[in-house]
Amino acid sequence: MPIGDMLLRSVDDTQINTVFPNTFEEYKKWDKEQDQLPPEEVYKALFQELAYGNKIQVGRALTRMNYSKSGWKSLIKNTSRAIKKAVKKDEFPDSYKDFLIAANEKWADPTFWYAMGQMVNNQTPIYYYNAIDMTYDQDQNVIRQKENRRVYVQTWIKTLKVSVYVTFFCLILGFPVAHLLANLPLRYSNLLMIFVLLPFWTSLLVRTTAWIVMLQQQGVINGILVWLGILSDDGRLSMVYNETGTLIAMTQILLPFMILPLYSVMRVIPKSHMRAAQNLGAKPATAFWKVYLPQTIPGMSAGGLLVFVLAIGYFITPELVGGKDGKLIGSWIAYHLKTTLNWGLCAALGAILLAVMLIFYWLYNKIVGIDNIKLG
Amino acid sequence: MNTETEKTFVKFEKIDKSYDGEVLVVKNLNLDIAKGEFVTMLGPSGSGKTTTLMMLAGFETPTNGEIFLDGMPISKIPPYEREIGMVFQNYALFPHMTVQENLAFPLEVRKMSKDETKDKVKKALDMVELGDFGTRFPAQLSGGQQQRVALARALVFEPRLVLMDEPLGALDKNLREQMQYEIKHIHDRIGITVVYVTHDQSEALTMSNRIAVFNDGLVQQLSTPDILYEKPENSFVAQFIGENNRMTGSIKSMENNYCSVELDNGAGIVKALKVNVGDVGEKTQLSVRPERVSLGSDGDGENVFTGKVEELIYLGDHIRVRLDVCGNNEFIVKVPNEGSFNYNEGDSIKLNWNPDDIRALDLPK
Repeated sequence: MPIGDMLLRSVDDTQINTVFPNTFEEYKKWDKEQDQLPPEEVYKALFQELAYGNKIQVGRALTRMNYSKSGWKSLIKNTSRAIKKAVKKDEFPDSYKDFLIAANEKWADPTFWYAMGQMVNNQTPIYYYNAIDMTYDQDQNVIRQKENRRVYVQTWIKTLKVSVYVTFFCLILGFPVAHLLANLPLRYSNLLMIFVLLPFWTSLLVRTTAWIVMLQQQGVINGILVWLGILSDDGRLSMVYNETGTLIAMTQILLPFMILPLYSVMRVIPKSHMRAAQNLGAKPATAFWKVYLPQTIPGMSAGGLLVFVLAIGYFITPELVGGKDGKLIGSWIAYHLKTTLNWGLCAALGAILLAVMLIFYWLYNKIVGIDNIKLG
Repeated sequence: MNTETEKTFVKFEKIDKSYDGEVLVVKNLNLDIAKGEFVTMLGPSGSGKTTTLMMLAGFETPTNGEIFLDGMPISKIPPYEREIGMVFQNYALFPHMTVQENLAFPLEVRKMSKDETKDKVKKALDMVELGDFGTRFPAQLSGGQQQRVALARALVFEPRLVLMDEPLGALDKNLREQMQYEIKHIHDRIGITVVYVTHDQSEALTMSNRIAVFNDGLVQQLSTPDILYEKPENSFVAQFIGENNRMTGSIKSMENNYCSVELDNGAGIVKALKVNVGDVGEKTQLSVRPERVSLGSDGDGENVFTGKVEELIYLGDHIRVRLDVCGNNEFIVKVPNEGSFNYNEGDSIKLNWNPDDIRALDLPK
């Protein structure tokens, strides 16, 4: 249900259509080839709908209009005031067109009228275009955003890149830990297991903040490196508020999600397999590579998929330690959800995220086979 | 003596093994195995037999002493260079490889050519009669088939020696017996040296040329199956292999190979073979096999007692009679079913045994 609602919302454009039904109706009759500006009926309908429309509804519609072209909000507000004044005085103009243009000369600017074309249907792909840095030009063609407004494509790439790296580092770091866990005597492995689970019992925010303390320029790690003489005082590494910080913190936070599935798979691999392989003449390295490693693939896949899925939608950690260039797509979703209230764009970003996940899932199924996943 | 040492293929020399530096799991083990022999290490769990096998395979190192294979000390040779095949308790087949791939594994790590590998794998599969199962995965095979694959894999690279660690433990009874014969026949056919570990005495008796009975880290007796059964040297071996009737008493006198033993409950004096006893006056445990007791006659007049029939169990080929003899109501006699047995429960009955069939042994610890 929530997913369905999200998918609908990402293309939904009905709100504005309930505010300006007649305007849009008349608008569709406008022959753009013949007349530079819309016919008188469009101006009239707009005049009436602004004069008698619900103020709150109109306000919401304005926000939507601004997504298509900035400037709408002030234009309408401006005009509304003039219209309300006229209506109060019971002065209805002979030509609504002239009245509106007199109220604000932008009504003679065809680009605003062209932009209205994006809103006249109940469904719109605009949020999806926005989510990949595309927009409409005045002729309703889809074009790339202006250079300084392109943010999402870059963020998408970065999100994927960071997720792949985090998954990779988790695998590299998690494998030996899981192996130790599965092979140490019980009393040591229990202790180790507590260390693995400890982060789960600590607040995510606390852990993330701890990383800031560790990594910042005057922080613990830089301090130690300088103290040891490895770094000079002005050569301190910047490891936080950038991508490096995001990578380090996310790897640490997501590591247990890799270790646990790996551990549960490794635990059931009999120790006699390594012995058997050596007995049959394989050196320990060969035995590991040919006999042990292939049997851990289900765990690696499960852990990898889990970490990847979590990483791709992560936002608190990158938000806090990522600074400007460590921001991932999740941060943007949160930003639009809470700050700009552009839920259509949120829904579109979320839907794309979902689609990306499904593509990876499909690819994974093609390559490894989904039956190969094992959590225990 | 000289010829025997020449034939020695595997030699354990004064082997001690301790895991914690305090308790010896294997104590002063000396064991010689000839080429082509089928030797079984038999003993209860914790007796040190598996540890001994693991030392031979190279997965454990002896604390003291040295193991020789074909005259060469092997303690410093890693397991993967020992050329010793092994069948593990739960087979340890690699689940991600097919049967063929499992068998080809030891050949591939030896860099054998593809054709030769294919050839040998096929031969090994035919040997265990699994020629059509090469492309299956181990999980698709029954327990008995997996067992055969494990056997074929241990033999396919023509090792100098094959070790088997309770390989039949996971099979049901019928299959286990069938596999015992099969392993024995394969051994007879290819003449490879086999060291076998089991806690099942009938398995040991069926298959082995010689059996080493382990208990408490020590080899209690090393001998052929018939001698182990008929001439056990101590009470542990007598009790562990086959059934026996036990009575304790103290030694009254000794002459030649025999001794007279007064039973503890004052039930009489028994003349027994002197095997493993101390001096006159010391305690001993007597052991006689159930099938060596004859019922209903005086025999030659020695060791004649009277018992009361407590229970009769009909077993087809023989009848198992439980008697109360000399205060021991667990005294078992096996009577061949020749149609002449006509006693009932509660009857009194005479019984006797030959002094050569009752052995005076040490007291169990």
